[in-house]
Amino acid sequence: MPDNGHKLVIKSVSKTFQTKKARVTALQETTFDVREGEFVTILGPSGCGKSTILRVVAGLVEPSSGQVLLDGREIKSPGADRGMVFQSYTLFPWLTVQKNIEFGLELKNVDKRARAEIAQHYLKLIGLSGFENVYPVNLSGGMKQRVAIARALANEPEILLMDEPFGALDAQTRTIMQELLLSIWEETKKTIMFVTHDVEEAIFLGDTIYIMTARPGRIKEKIRVGLPRPRDYAVKDAPEFLEIKRRILELIREESIKAANAV
Amino acid sequence: MDGGLLNSKNMYKSWTDCLGAAHFALVFALWSALAYAGVVSNTFLPTPDQVLQTAYRMVVDPAGDNLLHHALISTLRVTVGFFISAVLAVPLGIFMGTLPKVRAFFEPMMGFIRYMPASAFIPLFILWIGLGEPEKVMVIFWGTFFQQALMVMDVTKNVAGELVEVSYTLGAKKLAVFSKIILPASLPGIIDTLRITFGWAWTYLIVAELVGASSGLGYVIIQAGRFLKTDVIFVGILVIGLLGMLTDLIFKLLYRVMFPWLTREGA
Ligand SMILES: Nc1ncnc2c1ncn2[C@@H]1O[C@H](COP(=O)(O)OP(=O)(O)O)[C@@H](O)[C@H]1O
Ligand SMILES: [Mg+2]
Repeated sequence: MPDNGHKLVIKSVSKTFQTKKARVTALQETTFDVREGEFVTILGPSGCGKSTILRVVAGLVEPSSGQVLLDGREIKSPGADRGMVFQSYTLFPWLTVQKNIEFGLELKNVDKRARAEIAQHYLKLIGLSGFENVYPVNLSGGMKQRVAIARALANEPEILLMDEPFGALDAQTRTIMQELLLSIWEETKKTIMFVTHDVEEAIFLGDTIYIMTARPGRIKEKIRVGLPRPRDYAVKDAPEFLEIKRRILELIREESIKAANAV
Repeated sequence: MDGGLLNSKNMYKSWTDCLGAAHFALVFALWSALAYAGVVSNTFLPTPDQVLQTAYRMVVDPAGDNLLHHALISTLRVTVGFFISAVLAVPLGIFMGTLPKVRAFFEPMMGFIRYMPASAFIPLFILWIGLGEPEKVMVIFWGTFFQQALMVMDVTKNVAGELVEVSYTLGAKKLAVFSKIILPASLPGIIDTLRITFGWAWTYLIVAELVGASSGLGYVIIQAGRFLKTDVIFVGILVIGLLGMLTDLIFKLLYRVMFPWLTREGA
Protein backbone atom coordinates (compact mmCIF):
# COMPACT_ATOMS: atom_id res chain seq x y z
CA MET A 1 0.00 0.00 0.00
CA PRO A 2 1.30 3.46 -0.80
CA ASP A 3 1.90 5.57 2.30
CA ASN A 4 -0.56 8.33 1.41
CA GLY A 5 -3.40 5.79 1.32
CA HIS A 6 -4.25 6.46 -2.30
CA LYS A 7 -5.33 3.62 -4.50
CA LEU A 8 -4.69 5.40 -7.76
CA VAL A 9 -2.48 8.40 -8.35
CA ILE A 10 -2.58 10.32 -11.61
CA LYS A 11 0.52 12.49 -11.73
CA SER A 12 0.87 15.31 -14.28
CA VAL A 13 -0.59 13.12 -17.01
CA SER A 14 -1.07 14.72 -20.41
CA LYS A 15 -1.80 13.32 -23.82
CA THR A 16 -1.23 14.75 -27.27
CA PHE A 17 -2.28 12.77 -30.30
CA GLN A 18 -0.30 13.19 -33.48
CA THR A 19 -2.52 12.63 -36.48
CA LYS A 20 -1.58 13.06 -40.12
CA LYS A 21 -3.13 16.49 -40.24
CA ALA A 22 -2.59 17.93 -36.80
CA ARG A 23 -1.53 17.57 -33.19
CA VAL A 24 -4.49 17.25 -30.86
CA THR A 25 -4.01 17.93 -27.18
CA ALA A 26 -6.63 15.63 -25.75
CA LEU A 27 -5.59 16.14 -22.16
CA GLN A 28 -3.64 18.91 -20.48
CA GLU A 29 -1.51 18.11 -17.46
CA THR A 30 -3.83 16.45 -15.01
CA THR A 31 -3.21 15.45 -11.43
CA PHE A 32 -5.58 13.80 -9.00
CA ASP A 33 -5.97 10.69 -6.95
CA VAL A 34 -8.54 8.14 -5.99
CA ARG A 35 -8.93 6.59 -2.54
CA GLU A 36 -9.49 2.91 -1.95
CA GLY A 37 -13.19 2.16 -2.31
CA GLU A 38 -13.98 5.62 -3.62
CA PHE A 39 -16.55 6.21 -6.35
CA VAL A 40 -15.14 8.95 -8.57
CA THR A 41 -17.10 10.40 -11.43
CA ILE A 42 -15.56 12.44 -14.22
CA LEU A 43 -17.99 14.83 -15.83
CA GLY A 44 -17.45 16.78 -19.01
CA PRO A 45 -18.71 17.51 -22.53
CA SER A 46 -17.85 15.12 -25.32
CA GLY A 47 -14.34 15.51 -26.67
CA CYS A 48 -12.89 16.91 -23.44
CA GLY A 49 -10.60 13.95 -22.86
CA LYS A 50 -12.63 11.81 -20.44
CA SER A 51 -12.06 8.59 -22.35
CA THR A 52 -8.41 9.50 -22.76
CA ILE A 53 -7.91 9.62 -18.99
CA LEU A 54 -9.57 6.24 -18.54
CA ARG A 55 -7.62 4.71 -21.40
CA VAL A 56 -4.36 5.94 -19.94
CA VAL A 57 -5.28 4.38 -16.60
CA ALA A 58 -6.30 1.16 -18.40
CA GLY A 59 -2.91 1.15 -20.12
CA LEU A 60 -4.48 1.22 -23.58
CA VAL A 61 -2.97 4.64 -24.32
CA GLU A 62 0.50 5.80 -23.37
CA PRO A 63 0.55 9.25 -21.75
CA SER A 64 2.69 11.94 -23.41
CA SER A 65 3.90 12.99 -19.98
CA GLY A 66 3.39 12.04 -16.37
CA GLN A 67 2.59 8.69 -14.84
CA VAL A 68 -0.19 6.69 -13.27
CA LEU A 69 0.41 4.69 -10.11
CA LEU A 70 -1.87 1.90 -8.96
CA ASP A 71 -1.10 0.81 -5.41
CA GLY A 72 2.21 2.60 -5.83
CA ARG A 73 3.26 0.73 -8.98
CA GLU A 74 3.57 2.54 -12.28
CA ILE A 75 1.17 1.45 -15.00
CA LYS A 76 2.88 0.55 -18.27
CA SER A 77 0.48 -1.75 -20.09
CA PRO A 78 -3.07 -3.05 -19.84
CA GLY A 79 -3.73 -5.70 -17.22
CA ALA A 80 -6.37 -7.65 -15.38
CA ASP A 81 -6.01 -5.42 -12.31
CA ARG A 82 -7.92 -2.67 -14.10
CA GLY A 83 -11.29 -3.77 -15.45
CA MET A 84 -13.06 -1.64 -18.03
CA VAL A 85 -16.63 -1.26 -19.22
CA PHE A 86 -17.10 0.61 -22.50
CA GLN A 87 -20.04 2.61 -23.78
CA SER A 88 -20.37 0.43 -26.85
CA TYR A 89 -21.38 -3.17 -26.35
CA THR A 90 -18.23 -5.20 -26.09
CA LEU A 91 -19.44 -8.63 -25.02
CA PHE A 92 -17.83 -11.34 -27.12
CA PRO A 93 -20.75 -12.34 -29.34
CA TRP A 94 -19.51 -15.92 -29.87
CA LEU A 95 -19.49 -16.65 -26.14
CA THR A 96 -22.50 -17.26 -23.91
CA VAL A 97 -23.16 -14.95 -20.99
CA GLN A 98 -21.43 -17.36 -18.61
CA LYS A 99 -18.41 -17.80 -20.90
CA ASN A 100 -18.15 -14.04 -21.24
CA ILE A 101 -18.06 -13.63 -17.47
CA GLU A 102 -15.51 -16.43 -17.19
CA PHE A 103 -13.23 -14.99 -19.88
CA GLY A 104 -10.67 -13.39 -17.58
CA LEU A 105 -10.76 -16.35 -15.18
CA GLU A 106 -10.05 -18.77 -18.00
CA LEU A 107 -7.00 -16.72 -18.94
CA LYS A 108 -5.83 -17.06 -15.37
CA ASN A 109 -6.37 -20.83 -15.59
CA VAL A 110 -8.94 -20.89 -12.82
CA ASP A 111 -10.44 -24.37 -12.91
CA LYS A 112 -13.82 -25.01 -14.41
CA ARG A 113 -15.81 -25.55 -11.23
CA ALA A 114 -14.44 -22.45 -9.52
CA ARG A 115 -15.10 -20.43 -12.69
CA ALA A 116 -18.71 -21.52 -12.83
CA GLU A 117 -19.18 -20.67 -9.16
CA ILE A 118 -17.76 -17.19 -9.57
CA ALA A 119 -19.87 -16.65 -12.68
CA GLN A 120 -22.99 -17.72 -10.77
CA HIS A 121 -22.17 -15.28 -8.00
CA TYR A 122 -21.87 -12.33 -10.37
CA LEU A 123 -24.88 -13.37 -12.43
CA LYS A 124 -26.89 -13.19 -9.24
CA LEU A 125 -25.36 -9.85 -8.35
CA ILE A 126 -26.46 -8.33 -11.66
CA GLY A 127 -29.86 -10.03 -11.49
CA LEU A 128 -29.37 -12.27 -14.52
CA SER A 129 -29.37 -15.73 -12.97
CA GLY A 130 -30.81 -18.13 -15.54
CA PHE A 131 -29.21 -16.32 -18.48
CA GLU A 132 -25.92 -18.24 -18.39
CA ASN A 133 -26.36 -20.03 -21.71
CA VAL A 134 -27.77 -17.12 -23.66
CA TYR A 135 -25.73 -15.48 -26.43
CA PRO A 136 -25.32 -11.69 -26.26
CA VAL A 137 -27.34 -11.21 -29.46
CA ASN A 138 -30.43 -12.15 -27.46
CA LEU A 139 -29.85 -9.58 -24.69
CA SER A 140 -31.18 -6.04 -24.44
CA GLY A 141 -28.72 -3.15 -24.21
CA GLY A 142 -29.12 -2.85 -20.44
CA MET A 143 -28.56 -6.59 -19.97
CA LYS A 144 -25.43 -6.48 -22.13
CA GLN A 145 -23.96 -3.74 -19.96
CA ARG A 146 -24.83 -5.67 -16.81
CA VAL A 147 -22.97 -8.69 -18.12
CA ALA A 148 -20.06 -6.45 -19.12
CA ILE A 149 -19.93 -5.20 -15.52
CA ALA A 150 -20.05 -8.76 -14.20
CA ARG A 151 -17.30 -9.81 -16.63
CA ALA A 152 -15.05 -7.00 -15.38
CA LEU A 153 -15.82 -7.71 -11.71
CA ALA A 154 -15.36 -11.48 -11.96
CA ASN A 155 -11.69 -10.77 -12.59
CA GLU A 156 -11.52 -9.03 -9.20
CA PRO A 157 -9.76 -5.93 -10.51
CA GLU A 158 -8.26 -3.38 -8.15
CA ILE A 159 -10.23 -0.66 -9.88
CA LEU A 160 -13.20 -0.59 -12.22
CA LEU A 161 -13.06 1.90 -15.10
CA MET A 162 -16.37 2.79 -16.68
CA ASP A 163 -16.57 4.91 -19.84
CA GLU A 164 -20.14 6.20 -20.19
CA PRO A 165 -21.43 2.65 -19.81
CA PHE A 166 -25.07 3.74 -19.74
CA GLY A 167 -24.72 6.37 -22.46
CA ALA A 168 -26.52 4.31 -25.08
CA LEU A 169 -29.43 3.25 -22.85
CA ASP A 170 -32.89 4.82 -22.66
CA ALA A 171 -33.73 7.02 -19.65
CA GLN A 172 -35.65 4.41 -17.61
CA THR A 173 -33.07 1.67 -18.11
CA ARG A 174 -30.35 4.15 -17.29
CA THR A 175 -31.90 4.98 -13.89
CA ILE A 176 -32.29 1.30 -13.07
CA MET A 177 -28.68 0.64 -14.07
CA GLN A 178 -27.43 3.50 -11.90
CA GLU A 179 -29.19 2.07 -8.86
CA LEU A 180 -27.97 -1.42 -9.68
CA LEU A 181 -24.40 -0.17 -10.00
CA LEU A 182 -24.63 1.56 -6.63
CA SER A 183 -25.92 -1.60 -4.96
CA ILE A 184 -23.09 -3.60 -6.55
CA TRP A 185 -20.63 -1.01 -5.34
CA GLU A 186 -22.07 -1.10 -1.79
CA GLU A 187 -21.61 -4.85 -1.83
CA THR A 188 -18.17 -5.13 -3.42
CA LYS A 189 -16.66 -1.85 -2.20
CA LYS A 190 -14.70 -1.59 -5.45
CA THR A 191 -12.81 1.54 -6.36
CA ILE A 192 -14.62 2.97 -9.38
CA MET A 193 -13.76 5.66 -11.94
CA PHE A 194 -16.90 6.49 -13.87
CA VAL A 195 -16.96 8.81 -16.87
CA THR A 196 -20.16 10.55 -17.95
CA HIS A 197 -21.49 13.70 -19.60
CA ASP A 198 -24.74 13.50 -17.60
CA VAL A 199 -24.72 15.92 -14.65
CA GLU A 200 -27.33 14.05 -12.59
CA GLU A 201 -25.60 10.73 -13.14
CA ALA A 202 -22.29 12.17 -11.93
CA ILE A 203 -23.85 13.49 -8.71
CA PHE A 204 -26.07 10.50 -8.05
CA LEU A 205 -23.21 7.99 -8.29
CA GLY A 206 -20.12 9.79 -7.08
CA ASP A 207 -18.36 10.55 -3.82
CA THR A 208 -16.23 12.95 -5.76
CA ILE A 209 -16.87 14.62 -9.09
CA TYR A 210 -14.12 15.95 -11.30
CA ILE A 211 -15.47 18.47 -13.75
CA MET A 212 -13.60 18.74 -17.02
CA THR A 213 -13.60 21.44 -19.64
CA ALA A 214 -12.88 21.03 -23.29
CA ARG A 215 -10.23 22.29 -25.68
CA PRO A 216 -7.79 21.43 -24.41
CA GLY A 217 -9.19 19.04 -21.87
CA ARG A 218 -8.38 19.66 -18.25
CA ILE A 219 -9.93 19.28 -14.83
CA LYS A 220 -11.53 22.51 -13.73
CA GLU A 221 -13.05 21.64 -10.41
CA LYS A 222 -13.34 18.95 -7.79
CA ILE A 223 -16.67 18.64 -6.02
CA ARG A 224 -17.36 16.44 -3.03
CA VAL A 225 -20.80 14.92 -2.87
CA GLY A 226 -21.86 14.58 0.74
CA LEU A 227 -25.17 12.87 0.04
CA PRO A 228 -25.83 9.97 2.43
CA ARG A 229 -25.47 6.35 1.33
CA PRO A 230 -27.05 4.12 0.33
CA ARG A 231 -28.75 6.33 -2.22
CA ASP A 232 -31.83 5.67 -4.30
CA TYR A 233 -33.45 7.69 -7.06
CA ALA A 234 -35.41 9.81 -4.53
CA VAL A 235 -32.17 11.57 -3.62
CA LYS A 236 -32.36 13.34 -6.98
CA ASP A 237 -35.02 15.61 -5.44
CA ALA A 238 -33.10 16.34 -2.23
CA PRO A 239 -32.07 19.98 -1.67
CA GLU A 240 -28.35 19.11 -1.41
CA PHE A 241 -28.55 17.27 -4.72
CA LEU A 242 -30.22 20.21 -6.41
CA GLU A 243 -27.70 22.59 -4.88
CA ILE A 244 -24.77 20.63 -6.31
CA LYS A 245 -26.50 20.38 -9.64
CA ARG A 246 -27.03 24.15 -9.68
CA ARG A 247 -23.37 24.76 -8.90
CA ILE A 248 -22.21 22.44 -11.67
CA LEU A 249 -24.56 23.95 -14.24
CA GLU A 250 -23.28 27.38 -13.28
CA LEU A 251 -19.69 26.20 -13.82
CA ILE A 252 -20.55 24.73 -17.19
CA ARG A 253 -22.30 27.96 -18.17
CA GLU A 254 -19.28 30.07 -17.25
CA GLU A 255 -17.11 27.82 -19.35
CA SER A 256 -19.32 27.97 -22.41
CA ILE A 257 -19.51 31.76 -22.19
CA LYS A 258 -15.73 31.87 -22.00
CA ALA A 259 -15.46 29.53 -24.95
CA ALA A 260 -17.95 31.60 -26.97
CA ASN A 261 -16.02 34.83 -26.24
CA ALA A 262 -12.72 33.23 -27.09
CA VAL A 263 -13.84 32.37 -30.63
CA MET B 1 -44.67 -8.23 -28.50
CA ASP B 2 -41.98 -10.63 -29.62
CA GLY B 3 -44.57 -12.94 -31.16
CA GLY B 4 -45.91 -10.13 -33.31
CA LEU B 5 -42.49 -9.20 -34.53
CA LEU B 6 -41.71 -12.80 -35.21
CA ASN B 7 -44.84 -13.39 -37.22
CA SER B 8 -44.39 -10.35 -39.39
CA LYS B 9 -40.79 -11.41 -39.95
CA ASN B 10 -41.84 -14.87 -41.04
CA MET B 11 -44.51 -13.43 -43.28
CA TYR B 12 -41.97 -11.11 -44.77
CA LYS B 13 -39.67 -14.06 -45.36
CA SER B 14 -42.30 -16.10 -47.20
CA TRP B 15 -43.13 -13.01 -49.22
CA THR B 16 -39.55 -12.60 -50.38
CA ASP B 17 -39.30 -16.32 -51.10
CA CYS B 18 -42.35 -15.95 -53.34
CA LEU B 19 -40.75 -13.06 -55.19
CA GLY B 20 -37.63 -15.13 -55.81
CA ALA B 21 -39.68 -18.06 -57.13
CA ALA B 22 -41.72 -15.70 -59.27
CA HIS B 23 -38.58 -14.52 -61.01
CA PHE B 24 -37.67 -18.10 -61.91
CA ALA B 25 -41.19 -18.69 -63.21
CA LEU B 26 -41.05 -15.51 -65.26
CA VAL B 27 -37.77 -16.36 -66.96
CA PHE B 28 -38.98 -19.88 -67.61
CA ALA B 29 -42.24 -18.60 -69.09
CA LEU B 30 -40.40 -16.17 -71.33
CA TRP B 31 -38.04 -18.88 -72.50
CA SER B 32 -40.96 -21.24 -73.20
CA ALA B 33 -42.90 -18.57 -75.03
CA LEU B 34 -40.00 -17.64 -77.27
CA ALA B 35 -38.97 -21.26 -77.94
CA TYR B 36 -42.36 -22.95 -78.42
CA ALA B 37 -43.88 -20.14 -80.47
CA GLY B 38 -40.92 -20.44 -82.78
CA VAL B 39 -40.11 -16.75 -82.42
CA VAL B 40 -36.51 -17.84 -82.12
CA SER B 41 -35.29 -20.86 -84.07
CA ASN B 42 -34.56 -23.98 -82.04
CA THR B 43 -31.02 -23.96 -83.32
CA PHE B 44 -30.47 -20.89 -81.21
CA LEU B 45 -32.98 -21.45 -78.44
CA PRO B 46 -34.01 -25.03 -77.63
CA THR B 47 -37.36 -25.69 -75.97
CA PRO B 48 -37.43 -26.64 -72.29
CA ASP B 49 -38.49 -30.22 -73.04
CA GLN B 50 -35.67 -30.61 -75.59
CA VAL B 51 -33.23 -29.56 -72.91
CA LEU B 52 -34.77 -31.99 -70.42
CA GLN B 53 -34.66 -34.86 -72.92
CA THR B 54 -31.07 -34.07 -73.79
CA ALA B 55 -30.15 -33.96 -70.11
CA TYR B 56 -31.84 -37.35 -69.57
CA ARG B 57 -30.09 -38.84 -72.60
CA MET B 58 -26.73 -37.54 -71.37
CA VAL B 59 -27.28 -38.91 -67.88
CA VAL B 60 -28.12 -42.44 -69.05
CA ASP B 61 -25.40 -42.36 -71.73
CA PRO B 62 -23.00 -45.14 -70.74
CA ALA B 63 -20.20 -43.87 -72.99
CA GLY B 64 -17.58 -41.24 -72.14
CA ASP B 65 -20.02 -38.41 -72.75
CA ASN B 66 -21.99 -39.15 -69.62
CA LEU B 67 -23.18 -35.91 -68.01
CA LEU B 68 -22.58 -37.12 -64.46
CA HIS B 69 -19.04 -38.12 -65.39
CA HIS B 70 -18.28 -34.63 -66.70
CA ALA B 71 -19.98 -32.98 -63.74
CA LEU B 72 -17.98 -35.12 -61.35
CA ILE B 73 -14.67 -34.31 -63.01
CA SER B 74 -15.45 -30.60 -63.00
CA THR B 75 -16.51 -30.72 -59.37
CA LEU B 76 -13.30 -32.53 -58.46
CA ARG B 77 -11.14 -30.02 -60.29
CA VAL B 78 -12.84 -27.04 -58.78
CA THR B 79 -12.80 -28.56 -55.29
CA VAL B 80 -9.12 -29.44 -55.42
CA GLY B 81 -8.08 -26.04 -56.81
CA PHE B 82 -10.29 -24.24 -54.34
CA PHE B 83 -9.12 -26.36 -51.43
CA ILE B 84 -5.41 -25.80 -52.10
CA SER B 85 -6.07 -22.10 -52.49
CA ALA B 86 -8.08 -21.88 -49.26
CA VAL B 87 -5.54 -23.84 -47.23
CA LEU B 88 -2.88 -21.31 -48.17
CA ALA B 89 -4.95 -18.13 -48.48
CA VAL B 90 -6.82 -18.30 -45.18
CA PRO B 91 -3.76 -18.43 -42.90
CA LEU B 92 -1.90 -15.93 -45.06
CA GLY B 93 -4.90 -13.58 -45.03
CA ILE B 94 -5.20 -13.88 -41.26
CA PHE B 95 -1.53 -13.04 -40.78
CA MET B 96 -1.77 -10.16 -43.23
CA GLY B 97 -4.76 -8.84 -41.30
CA THR B 98 -3.08 -9.06 -37.91
CA LEU B 99 0.61 -8.39 -38.58
CA PRO B 100 1.27 -5.05 -40.29
CA LYS B 101 4.69 -6.16 -41.53
CA VAL B 102 3.34 -9.27 -43.22
CA ARG B 103 0.65 -7.09 -44.76
CA ALA B 104 3.19 -4.52 -45.95
CA PHE B 105 5.19 -7.27 -47.66
CA PHE B 106 2.38 -9.12 -49.43
CA GLU B 107 -0.40 -6.66 -50.09
CA PRO B 108 1.11 -4.55 -52.92
CA MET B 109 2.16 -7.55 -55.02
CA MET B 110 -1.11 -9.36 -54.46
CA GLY B 111 -3.10 -6.26 -55.25
CA PHE B 112 -1.16 -6.10 -58.52
CA ILE B 113 -1.65 -9.74 -59.54
CA ARG B 114 -5.29 -9.68 -58.54
CA TYR B 115 -6.10 -7.44 -61.48
CA MET B 116 -4.49 -9.71 -64.03
CA PRO B 117 -7.15 -12.02 -65.46
CA ALA B 118 -6.34 -15.61 -64.54
CA SER B 119 -7.37 -16.69 -68.04
CA ALA B 120 -4.52 -14.64 -69.49
CA PHE B 121 -2.09 -16.92 -67.68
CA ILE B 122 -3.47 -20.10 -69.27
CA PRO B 123 -1.01 -20.16 -72.19
CA LEU B 124 1.85 -19.75 -69.72
CA PHE B 125 0.58 -22.51 -67.47
CA ILE B 126 0.18 -24.82 -70.48
CA LEU B 127 3.76 -24.06 -71.52
CA TRP B 128 5.09 -24.58 -68.03
CA ILE B 129 3.11 -27.52 -66.73
CA GLY B 130 1.42 -29.01 -69.76
CA LEU B 131 -2.21 -29.78 -70.50
CA GLY B 132 -3.05 -32.20 -67.70
CA GLU B 133 -4.98 -31.89 -64.51
CA PRO B 134 -2.33 -29.81 -62.67
CA GLU B 135 -2.79 -27.06 -65.22
CA LYS B 136 -6.58 -26.97 -64.72
CA VAL B 137 -6.15 -26.88 -60.96
CA MET B 138 -3.52 -24.19 -61.32
CA VAL B 139 -5.91 -21.91 -63.22
CA ILE B 140 -8.53 -22.26 -60.52
CA PHE B 141 -5.93 -21.73 -57.84
CA TRP B 142 -4.55 -18.64 -59.56
CA GLY B 143 -7.98 -17.13 -60.05
CA THR B 144 -9.02 -17.73 -56.46
CA PHE B 145 -5.98 -17.40 -54.23
CA PHE B 146 -5.21 -13.68 -54.36
CA GLN B 147 -8.80 -12.55 -53.95
CA GLN B 148 -9.29 -14.98 -51.13
CA ALA B 149 -6.21 -13.91 -49.18
CA LEU B 150 -7.03 -10.21 -49.58
CA MET B 151 -10.65 -10.71 -48.53
CA VAL B 152 -9.65 -12.74 -45.47
CA MET B 153 -7.13 -10.03 -44.64
CA ASP B 154 -9.88 -7.42 -44.69
CA VAL B 155 -12.14 -9.52 -42.48
CA THR B 156 -9.38 -10.03 -39.90
CA LYS B 157 -8.22 -6.45 -40.03
CA ASN B 158 -11.70 -5.16 -39.34
CA VAL B 159 -12.33 -7.03 -36.11
CA ALA B 160 -13.72 -4.36 -33.76
CA GLY B 161 -10.85 -2.68 -31.95
CA GLU B 162 -12.86 -2.45 -28.73
CA LEU B 163 -13.24 -6.22 -28.52
CA VAL B 164 -9.46 -6.43 -28.62
CA GLU B 165 -9.08 -3.63 -26.07
CA VAL B 166 -11.57 -5.12 -23.65
CA SER B 167 -9.75 -8.45 -23.84
CA TYR B 168 -6.51 -6.65 -22.90
CA THR B 169 -8.23 -5.18 -19.84
CA LEU B 170 -9.32 -8.71 -18.92
CA GLY B 171 -5.72 -9.81 -18.86
CA ALA B 172 -5.24 -11.20 -22.38
CA LYS B 173 -1.76 -11.10 -23.92
CA LYS B 174 -0.98 -10.96 -27.66
CA LEU B 175 -1.31 -14.69 -28.33
CA ALA B 176 -4.60 -14.96 -26.45
CA VAL B 177 -5.94 -11.92 -28.25
CA PHE B 178 -5.18 -13.68 -31.52
CA SER B 179 -6.61 -17.09 -30.66
CA LYS B 180 -9.49 -16.03 -28.43
CA ILE B 181 -10.64 -12.79 -30.07
CA ILE B 182 -9.38 -12.27 -33.61
CA LEU B 183 -9.91 -15.83 -34.80
CA PRO B 184 -13.44 -16.41 -33.51
CA ALA B 185 -14.46 -12.87 -34.46
CA SER B 186 -13.29 -13.31 -38.06
CA LEU B 187 -14.50 -16.86 -38.59
CA PRO B 188 -17.96 -15.96 -39.95
CA GLY B 189 -16.41 -13.50 -42.39
CA ILE B 190 -13.90 -16.14 -43.47
CA ILE B 191 -16.59 -18.73 -44.14
CA ASP B 192 -18.49 -16.12 -46.11
CA THR B 193 -15.36 -15.32 -48.11
CA LEU B 194 -15.01 -19.02 -48.91
CA ARG B 195 -18.63 -19.18 -50.06
CA ILE B 196 -18.23 -16.21 -52.37
CA THR B 197 -14.88 -17.28 -53.79
CA PHE B 198 -16.13 -20.81 -54.41
CA GLY B 199 -18.57 -19.25 -56.84
CA TRP B 200 -15.67 -17.52 -58.58
CA ALA B 201 -13.70 -20.76 -58.66
CA TRP B 202 -16.46 -22.26 -60.82
CA THR B 203 -15.98 -19.43 -63.30
CA TYR B 204 -12.27 -20.16 -63.56
CA LEU B 205 -12.96 -23.86 -63.91
CA ILE B 206 -14.99 -23.29 -67.04
CA VAL B 207 -12.30 -21.02 -68.41
CA ALA B 208 -9.73 -23.73 -67.71
CA GLU B 209 -11.82 -26.38 -69.47
CA LEU B 210 -12.43 -24.26 -72.55
CA VAL B 211 -8.81 -24.76 -73.55
CA GLY B 212 -7.17 -28.11 -74.10
CA ALA B 213 -9.56 -30.23 -72.09
CA SER B 214 -11.17 -33.53 -73.03
CA SER B 215 -13.62 -33.76 -70.16
CA GLY B 216 -15.61 -31.60 -67.80
CA LEU B 217 -18.61 -29.36 -68.18
CA GLY B 218 -16.60 -26.60 -69.83
CA TYR B 219 -15.41 -29.10 -72.43
CA VAL B 220 -18.98 -30.32 -72.99
CA ILE B 221 -20.15 -26.78 -73.59
CA ILE B 222 -17.35 -25.84 -75.97
CA GLN B 223 -17.77 -29.07 -77.95
CA ALA B 224 -21.51 -28.54 -78.19
CA GLY B 225 -20.88 -25.04 -79.47
CA ARG B 226 -18.79 -26.37 -82.30
CA PHE B 227 -21.59 -28.68 -83.47
CA LEU B 228 -24.42 -26.22 -82.86
CA LYS B 229 -25.95 -28.39 -80.16
CA THR B 230 -27.63 -25.55 -78.32
CA ASP B 231 -29.58 -27.94 -76.11
CA VAL B 232 -26.34 -29.47 -74.79
CA ILE B 233 -24.95 -26.00 -74.08
CA PHE B 234 -28.09 -25.29 -72.08
CA VAL B 235 -27.73 -28.52 -70.13
CA GLY B 236 -24.10 -27.70 -69.32
CA ILE B 237 -24.85 -24.19 -68.17
CA LEU B 238 -27.83 -25.26 -66.10
CA VAL B 239 -25.85 -28.02 -64.38
CA ILE B 240 -23.11 -25.53 -63.46
CA GLY B 241 -25.77 -23.20 -62.09
CA LEU B 242 -27.32 -26.00 -60.04
CA LEU B 243 -23.95 -27.11 -58.66
CA GLY B 244 -23.16 -23.52 -57.76
CA MET B 245 -26.47 -23.11 -55.96
CA LEU B 246 -25.89 -26.36 -54.15
CA THR B 247 -22.48 -25.34 -52.83
CA ASP B 248 -23.89 -21.96 -51.84
CA LEU B 249 -26.60 -23.75 -49.90
CA ILE B 250 -24.08 -26.01 -48.19
CA PHE B 251 -22.01 -23.03 -47.11
CA LYS B 252 -25.09 -21.24 -45.79
CA LEU B 253 -26.08 -24.32 -43.84
CA LEU B 254 -22.56 -24.62 -42.47
CA TYR B 255 -22.73 -20.97 -41.45
CA ARG B 256 -25.95 -21.53 -39.53
CA VAL B 257 -24.61 -24.58 -37.75
CA MET B 258 -21.24 -23.03 -36.94
CA PHE B 259 -22.49 -19.65 -35.76
CA PRO B 260 -25.67 -20.01 -33.73
CA TRP B 261 -24.60 -16.90 -31.84
CA LEU B 262 -25.18 -14.68 -34.89
CA THR B 263 -28.94 -15.10 -35.04
CA ARG B 264 -31.45 -14.02 -32.46
CA GLU B 265 -33.46 -16.85 -31.05
CA GLY B 266 -36.73 -17.35 -32.86
CA ALA B 267 -35.68 -15.17 -35.76
N1 LIG C 1 -6.54 8.00 -31.14
C1 LIG C 1 -6.77 9.34 -31.30
N2 LIG C 1 -6.16 10.00 -32.30
C2 LIG C 1 -6.36 11.32 -32.47
N3 LIG C 1 -7.16 12.08 -31.69
C3 LIG C 1 -7.79 11.46 -30.68
C4 LIG C 1 -7.63 10.06 -30.42
N4 LIG C 1 -8.39 9.74 -29.34
C5 LIG C 1 -9.00 10.87 -28.96
N5 LIG C 1 -8.64 11.92 -29.74
C6 LIG C 1 -9.09 13.31 -29.60
O1 LIG C 1 -8.87 13.71 -28.28
C7 LIG C 1 -9.92 14.49 -27.77
C8 LIG C 1 -10.49 13.87 -26.52
O2 LIG C 1 -11.07 12.61 -26.84
P1 LIG C 1 -11.80 11.70 -25.78
O3 LIG C 1 -10.89 11.44 -24.66
O4 LIG C 1 -12.34 10.53 -26.51
O5 LIG C 1 -13.00 12.64 -25.30
P2 LIG C 1 -14.35 12.26 -24.52
O6 LIG C 1 -14.26 10.84 -24.07
O7 LIG C 1 -14.41 13.25 -23.40
O8 LIG C 1 -15.47 12.48 -25.49
C9 LIG C 1 -10.93 14.61 -28.89
O9 LIG C 1 -10.75 15.83 -29.55
C10 LIG C 1 -10.58 13.45 -29.79
O10 LIG C 1 -10.89 13.75 -31.12
MG1 LIG D 1 -15.50 9.23 -24.56
